[in-house]
Amino acid sequence: MILDSKIPAGPLAEKWTKHKFNSKLVNPANKRKYEVIVVGTGLAGASAAASLAELGYNVKAFTFHDSPRRAHSIAAQGGINAAKNYQNDGDSVFRLFYDTVKGGDYRAREANVYRLAEVSVKIIDQCVAQGVPFAREYGGLLSNRSFGGAQVSRTFYARGQTGQQLLLGAYSALSRQVANGKVKLYPRSEMMDVVMIDGQARGIVTRNLITGAVETHTAHAVLLCTGGYGNVFFLSTNAMGSNVTAAWRAHKRGAYFANPCFTQIHPTCIPVSGDHQSKLTLMSESLRNDGRVWVPATKETAEKLRKGEIKVNDIKEEDRDYFLERKYPSFGNLVPRDVASRNAKYVCDEGRGVNETGEAVFLDFRDAIKRDTKAIIASKYGNLFDMYKQITGEDPYQVPMMIYPAVHYTMGGLWVDYNLMTTIPGLYALGEANFSDHGANRLGASALMQGLADGYFVIPYTIGDYLAQTLPKPIDANHPEFIKAAEEVKNRISQLLKIKGKKSVDYFHKILGKIMWNECGMARSAEGLKKAKAEIKELKRDFWADVKVLGTNEELNLTLEKAHRVADFIELGELMIDDALSREESCGGHFREEYQTPEGEALRDDENFAYVAAWKYMGENQEEELHKEPLVFENVKLTQRSYK
Amino acid sequence: MQLTLKIWRQKNASDKGGFATYPVDHVSKDMSFLEMLDVLNEELTEKGQDPVHFDHDCREGICGSCSLYINGKPHGPLQTTTCQLHMRSFNDGETVTIEPWRAKAFPVLKDLVVDRYAFDRIIQAGGYVSVGTGGVPDANEIPIPKTIADLAMDAAQCIGCGACVAACKNASAMLFTSAKVSQLALLPQGQVERKTRAEKMVAQMDAEGFGACTNTGACEAECPKGISITNIARMNREYFSAVVSSENL
Amino acid sequence: MSWVTKTLKSTLGRKLIMALTGLFLILFLTGHVSGNLLLFKGDGGEAFNMYAKFMTTNPAVKLLSYLTYISVIGHVIYSITLNRLNKSARPIGYAESGAFTNSTWSSRNMGILGTIILVFLAGHLYSFWFQIHWGDVPIVTYAGEEYKDLYSVVKVAFQQEWMVALYVVAMTFLGFHLSHGFASAFQTLGLNHKKYSPAIKTLGSIYCVLVPVLFASMPLYIYFTS
Repeated sequence: MILDSKIPAGPLAEKWTKHKFNSKLVNPANKRKYEVIVVGTGLAGASAAASLAELGYNVKAFTFHDSPRRAHSIAAQGGINAAKNYQNDGDSVFRLFYDTVKGGDYRAREANVYRLAEVSVKIIDQCVAQGVPFAREYGGLLSNRSFGGAQVSRTFYARGQTGQQLLLGAYSALSRQVANGKVKLYPRSEMMDVVMIDGQARGIVTRNLITGAVETHTAHAVLLCTGGYGNVFFLSTNAMGSNVTAAWRAHKRGAYFANPCFTQIHPTCIPVSGDHQSKLTLMSESLRNDGRVWVPATKETAEKLRKGEIKVNDIKEEDRDYFLERKYPSFGNLVPRDVASRNAKYVCDEGRGVNETGEAVFLDFRDAIKRDTKAIIASKYGNLFDMYKQITGEDPYQVPMMIYPAVHYTMGGLWVDYNLMTTIPGLYALGEANFSDHGANRLGASALMQGLADGYFVIPYTIGDYLAQTLPKPIDANHPEFIKAAEEVKNRISQLLKIKGKKSVDYFHKILGKIMWNECGMARSAEGLKKAKAEIKELKRDFWADVKVLGTNEELNLTLEKAHRVADFIELGELMIDDALSREESCGGHFREEYQTPEGEALRDDENFAYVAAWKYMGENQEEELHKEPLVFENVKLTQRSYK
Repeated sequence: MQLTLKIWRQKNASDKGGFATYPVDHVSKDMSFLEMLDVLNEELTEKGQDPVHFDHDCREGICGSCSLYINGKPHGPLQTTTCQLHMRSFNDGETVTIEPWRAKAFPVLKDLVVDRYAFDRIIQAGGYVSVGTGGVPDANEIPIPKTIADLAMDAAQCIGCGACVAACKNASAMLFTSAKVSQLALLPQGQVERKTRAEKMVAQMDAEGFGACTNTGACEAECPKGISITNIARMNREYFSAVVSSENL
Repeated sequence: MSWVTKTLKSTLGRKLIMALTGLFLILFLTGHVSGNLLLFKGDGGEAFNMYAKFMTTNPAVKLLSYLTYISVIGHVIYSITLNRLNKSARPIGYAESGAFTNSTWSSRNMGILGTIILVFLAGHLYSFWFQIHWGDVPIVTYAGEEYKDLYSVVKVAFQQEWMVALYVVAMTFLGFHLSHGFASAFQTLGLNHKKYSPAIKTLGSIYCVLVPVLFASMPLYIYFTS
């Protein structure tokens, strides 16, 4: 199959306007005859469900949480970008577009990114109208900050809880439609499969997490807004429940999976404290504005420090290595996320890591406190310092913080065209679940922007074009495909329950995480990836032979829920490795050790790899098939990033 | 360190339930409370016993999933969420009692998992501004004084965990409901539906079977986000002025 | 259901009744304690008896007294219904309670405090209020006008140790009840403001000590002076 991205012709700035005009419309009287399923109720899902219901479609919204408000979008701290140029500092739609394409290391689609930048301004208007309490200046106008090294102040924020406030805004819009009867909400329901009739998505199979009932739901179109798959690494900043299952089941039904190896590692997370660790906590990137990153200059000093023979504050200035400032004199501690993360890994690999596990570097505020006073630092980062102290028991005003990179976001996802439709007709993917806008690396404060852009301002237009070509006839809930799909899900459940092995689900998840983190994490090599692939194949065999899932299906069963998810993560892990192996270049979050400049920087290969890698599922235990969507850059010039 | 856990176990909503006692060893002070339960669950799984079910997700104190009434207090001894509570807040050899949230409106589903849909229904009753997508004015069209925006944000921080209900001797949901009523009553965007919103949300709160407010302040003291009971006063004001002046019969 | 009944049936409406009746009773207590200060006058009860006559005959006072009866009855009935509602909101209680760390004892036990005060009130009304209205009270004459000698009734009553003790204890309970009730009523009415709430709280703390102490000092004064 040739991947048709359906990018409209014409100049970049006119593509979206023209496309909206050329899209078919659904007769207002007919809208109520269409059913749309939205899976996931985070920023993308809640905004899409609300907007489609407002248009008149009948929406069914599914979440595995007890409430739509719990989706992990809620945890985003920093802010949301929008090209409002309220600060008069030279921002524009084109500049946001340009920064995003460049930040993504030229592996994103120009047209999608431009549209994202274009609708970003409307998102802020929408959220303010919903009552989202963004930060304001004394004059009453909205406040902005510069975020993630951007040269302009275009980030809107609500204290350190922007994701929460935006999600609660979308959740309130969704709640309004639930009250209006236009959205039927299915909480604690997990999607287990997509139902296909005549090659089109016509519904889903779900498991009611309280009763275990396997149910089928019909729809004329299905939207997957199910987030990212960072939990394939076991330890990540994702929520415990974040999973790839919905996207993976769609993939197995024929939706191509794009750029799975593009994962983002965030440099400022609280380091792992022991084997019991269940997740990693992110601390805002803004800390790097004032904190200085360092490790002891020698392995010996670091060893003494780890053994507790010396105290950190006793290490003399000349024995400290401020490695980011040393290597990148002009950007210093503010180099992009991938560069900061990789360098932290390098110094720890050299044996200069600073906590008991040897996997941490210092983020030191001593000099900032000396320069600005403790009060000023507290006013900027007080809540983060408190959070750090609560988790680690150490006071960052007295001793330097310890940080280490952690998996934070996945740029890869289901392949979608310009309409956000996957390779399965009628099946869409929105937000982090798709691959479309961030290329190989996402800029700070852009995830919230994309989730809401897709849900509020893209899908309401593009879905009409598809539905207008579908007859507004009810879908037959008793179609054999529904019965068959439900049976398959039930079989899989009983298969898992029947194994009655010896190893817990978490045992497998932890091993998978270690393999992925070591070989498909911050730095990857052909050798390591090949080794990892063999290990994962073995892990999969072991899982299906020896996993221990207790209890029954007909009850709330957290182990069973997790077993499904981990089984899918294992398969995804293998695909990520295939993808990382086939991409013989370094770009953004994907760093292949074989492809680097003499200075150790990522070396892109635009000649051979300026494409989207979209993988087609070929059947159980078969190698997946790679399809390439070439990326054409007509409006930006490809350059090598440099932060020296 | 070593602990004895006294945990409420209940098979399902119709089961009567009761306490079970589990000793746990090798608890590290750096573990979070939920990680300590993860360790217990791994041990139970090992022994072929049903793991303890509890709600949790983000584990960074913002999603509001985690609950647990620990040693007589929602979210345990600190004013934070259970996921942010660490074992260094407990002593070696201590007995820790873990119960689910208790309220008629929050029925227990299994073990420590309760059903909090009642909160969603309160929001559905009016916790929104009725603007559709698109067609809204520019974000800077209506300036909002910083002090007002900050107050609205204080109220908007609610994570919907239900600790207020759990802490209240009357299992009242006033703090939760008032946080949303307040946020929208403070902002200019919320003015149009201000009266109807207060009336409908209070009516729904009552219909769910939550108790009334005795102004003990327990909710505020236990709220992991520090939502103030000044919001309850504001809701009362909003409600009383709404019922006397609105056009709703 | 009309909007009025709907409102009065809501939790907020019921709390409003509690607050309004409570505040009215606070006003009543203020008047009651001020008038009764005449007991300290040392004039053999003349001023007190004249005051008692005024209070039982003046039409404006009569109106206020009906309002007081209504307030007491309303306060009691609504507290009972609220209490039942609140109990039903948590059918299964907790095995362990740490409530003492997050709220005051009186705020959690207003019902118990109120019940004790109600029982006391019944006895108090029988001893004095019932007596002056329908009881066999001696008559005294000041400046040619006849007055019921309530003062002597009071004096007889408070020469009994157990009565004095009962009154002092009851006033302690009233103090605790007021220590929460005073400021709480304002909070219920929505009168919570950065500028004024601290003053209300201070006033409440003074009031809940001052008024019960003054009331309690009356039986003590009579007991020790006669």
